[in-house]
Amino acid sequence: MDFAFTKEQLMFKKEIIRFAKKEIVPRVQEYDLNEAFDFESFRKLGDFGILGLHFPETYGGSGADVVTTVMAGEALGEAGVDGGLTLAYGAHSFLCADTILRHATEEQRQRYLPKLISGEWIGCMGLTEPDAGSDVASMKTTAEKKGDKYVLNGSKIFITNGPIADVAVVYAKTDPSQKHAGISAFIVEKGTKGFAAGAPLIKMGVRTSQTSELFFNNCEIPEENLLGKEGEGFNMSLQTVEWDRSALLAPFVGAAKYMLNSCADYARKREQFGRPIGKFQAVKHKLANIRIFAEASQSLAYKIAWCKDQGRPLNHLEAAVAKLFVGDWSIGPANDAMVVFGGYGFCHEYNMERIFRDSRLAPIGGGTSDIQKMIISKII
Amino acid sequence: MEILVCVKRVPDTAENEIEINSEGNDIERDDLVYSVNEWDNYAVEEAIQIVDKVGGSVTVVTVGDEESEEVLRREMAMGAQNGLLLTDDGFEGADGKGTASILAAAVKKGNYDLILTGAQADDGAAEVGGMLAAMLDYPYASLVNTIETQDGKLKVGREVEGGNQDMYEIELPCVLSIQTGINEPRYVGIRGIRKVASVEIPEYGASDLGIDASSVGGDAAKVKRMDYFMPEMGEGAEMLEGSTEEIIEKLIEYLKAKGGLK
Ligand SMILES: Cc1cc2nc3c(=O)[nH]c(=O)nc-3n(C[C@H](O)[C@H](O)[C@H](O)COP(=O)(O)OP(=O)(O)OC[C@H]3O[C@@H](n4cnc5c(N)ncnc54)[C@H](O)[C@@H]3O)c2cc1C
Ligand SMILES: Cc1cc2nc3c(=O)[nH]c(=O)nc-3n(C[C@H](O)[C@H](O)[C@H](O)COP(=O)(O)OP(=O)(O)OC[C@H]3O[C@@H](n4cnc5c(N)ncnc54)[C@H](O)[C@@H]3O)c2cc1C
Repeated sequence: MDFAFTKEQLMFKKEIIRFAKKEIVPRVQEYDLNEAFDFESFRKLGDFGILGLHFPETYGGSGADVVTTVMAGEALGEAGVDGGLTLAYGAHSFLCADTILRHATEEQRQRYLPKLISGEWIGCMGLTEPDAGSDVASMKTTAEKKGDKYVLNGSKIFITNGPIADVAVVYAKTDPSQKHAGISAFIVEKGTKGFAAGAPLIKMGVRTSQTSELFFNNCEIPEENLLGKEGEGFNMSLQTVEWDRSALLAPFVGAAKYMLNSCADYARKREQFGRPIGKFQAVKHKLANIRIFAEASQSLAYKIAWCKDQGRPLNHLEAAVAKLFVGDWSIGPANDAMVVFGGYGFCHEYNMERIFRDSRLAPIGGGTSDIQKMIISKII
Repeated sequence: MEILVCVKRVPDTAENEIEINSEGNDIERDDLVYSVNEWDNYAVEEAIQIVDKVGGSVTVVTVGDEESEEVLRREMAMGAQNGLLLTDDGFEGADGKGTASILAAAVKKGNYDLILTGAQADDGAAEVGGMLAAMLDYPYASLVNTIETQDGKLKVGREVEGGNQDMYEIELPCVLSIQTGINEPRYVGIRGIRKVASVEIPEYGASDLGIDASSVGGDAAKVKRMDYFMPEMGEGAEMLEGSTEEIIEKLIEYLKAKGGLK
């Protein structure tokens, strides 16, 4: 057991924070207010190598381990990057590109990965449907083999990057008579006839990420666009979901540190009753609550990363515990951070209310807290 | 072209709340985050771009302790080929002249065509570049914001007061102090960091450099800091408080009242 980061990891983390504070954070608030996706910042993430951190260098990636990858997400949050941009990055790199890396043919990897890793193309992943959220296996979208093509019919909802994606990894039933075993995964490109995305949904938080429906109406794709074999889709989605519950959580962990640093700073400067509010035990305890959450969630997120680096591809228990903890326990500290700022915390300008709103996705996206509890209790 | 860039590890003013220590003669350094001096990043970037164009190599050098190795490695991750750490217990407390003497000794040991420094350091006095040039008897240009390479010489631009621009021709070898804005320094990615993680960085002490530590270190320093404090807020200075909108409104009100805005 070794809890230490390497010198190189620490240097990289410092550099990401520097990069993000200078290049991205100054734009965050404006984009959040406008519910707009910040293409320029996304491309900068690509230029800096963040989008392809754990991908092999042959595709333009950096060949980093999972711990370093999780550290990057944490650093972005710690610097103050909003949850919308980090979610867009996560859906792009882990839910879409990583699935292509693991399950596509070499030809497909060559076609998609360099462009996804550089940020020239944006990726999304469509699993959830209007009538199939927690219960993925009941999905209704079908993919019917016709000659050398598959024909997709159905729709997806809540798809991060849906409106802006150039390429989508889409799950559909090749055998509707079966549940999990009938699910297969496909690559669908923007512009394919019969494929369309809906308008961006208006959301409480992570507002700079664009979320929408995807529609498939006799959408024909070449048979080569099947990822792996028919019926392997569900297992692929499990691997994907695990990224959802580790690397995608990391920015929330970082955001806790951002709140802590902001609050500590504010509590030192803000005076009421003749002294800095940081002198009051009530405020100190709020800071302590945020710190406790940051420490615990950090340990949980890195534990999954560490397990993956040890070669354990699936870590259901660790992932479910981390996801549940960050989802359910972040509400207290995020609320504390807002309250430390008093009336200012409630206003957009001071960031805290945005972080609170962003954090509310954590108990829902990528499997709700109830579902995590179901997984944990099954494993017990 | 063989280029030497002098870099410094400084408290990061963007990352730290600077406070005065209890003796009142320095800042509180216990919990400070240190980084590379911002100006030096521009100098290193410029050196890398020159070498990309005309060939050669970039060496980054610093006078410091073991902890300074981190900043050398960071600049190497940007693309500098070599690092050089000038470290000796006797160097501690060196003033600007002492530091310039140590650097001059290192320059003489090498074979450099061009020596770059940052225009100034976050915690410095913008003095080392000029002194270094004088000690080496090299030509010197300060506050350089453009460089063009020519045969045996450089064409350099300098920023002058009032936003004007001076252009000079300067013969090599020379020393230039580099102003921010000359380029956009690159960020270092994990690949760059990994590449230099195990590169040896040679360390030179006083004897390696052929200098007497007692002539450059703290005991020899003829410039000493006496005091360190935040200036009292003067009469007529007022800190505007409130939200950005409120501050803007007050500011406009004042400007109008005093005739700054019509
Ligand atoms: C901003 C955002 C981005 C998203 N991005 C993506 C994406 O990129 N790709 C994608 O495929 N999906 C995405 N999702 C979808 C997300 O994964 C689903 O919203 C989530 O899995 C829950 O599904 P649902 O919304 O249909 O809720 P439901 O499954 O209808 O759940 C409703 C409620 O019932 C509870 N519940 C359901 N079943 C059980 C049970 N067995 N036991 C106890 N309680 C239960 C749930 O916990 C919840 O409280 C995103 C969602 C959001 C909000
Ligand atoms: C939407 C909105 C509408 C409002 N409307 C009005 C209005 O119509 N009229 C009006 O007059 N005001 C209004 N307010 C102001 C509101 O009453 C104040 O924001 C509130 O009283 C807190 O003051 P503050 O924001 O200055 O925070 P501060 O007093 O600076 O408090 C900051 C933090 O320090 C804590 N703290 C402060 N002192 C102590 C102590 N002694 N012990 C322990 N903890 C302490 C606080 O609990 C808080 O967590 C409004 C505010 C909002 C957000």
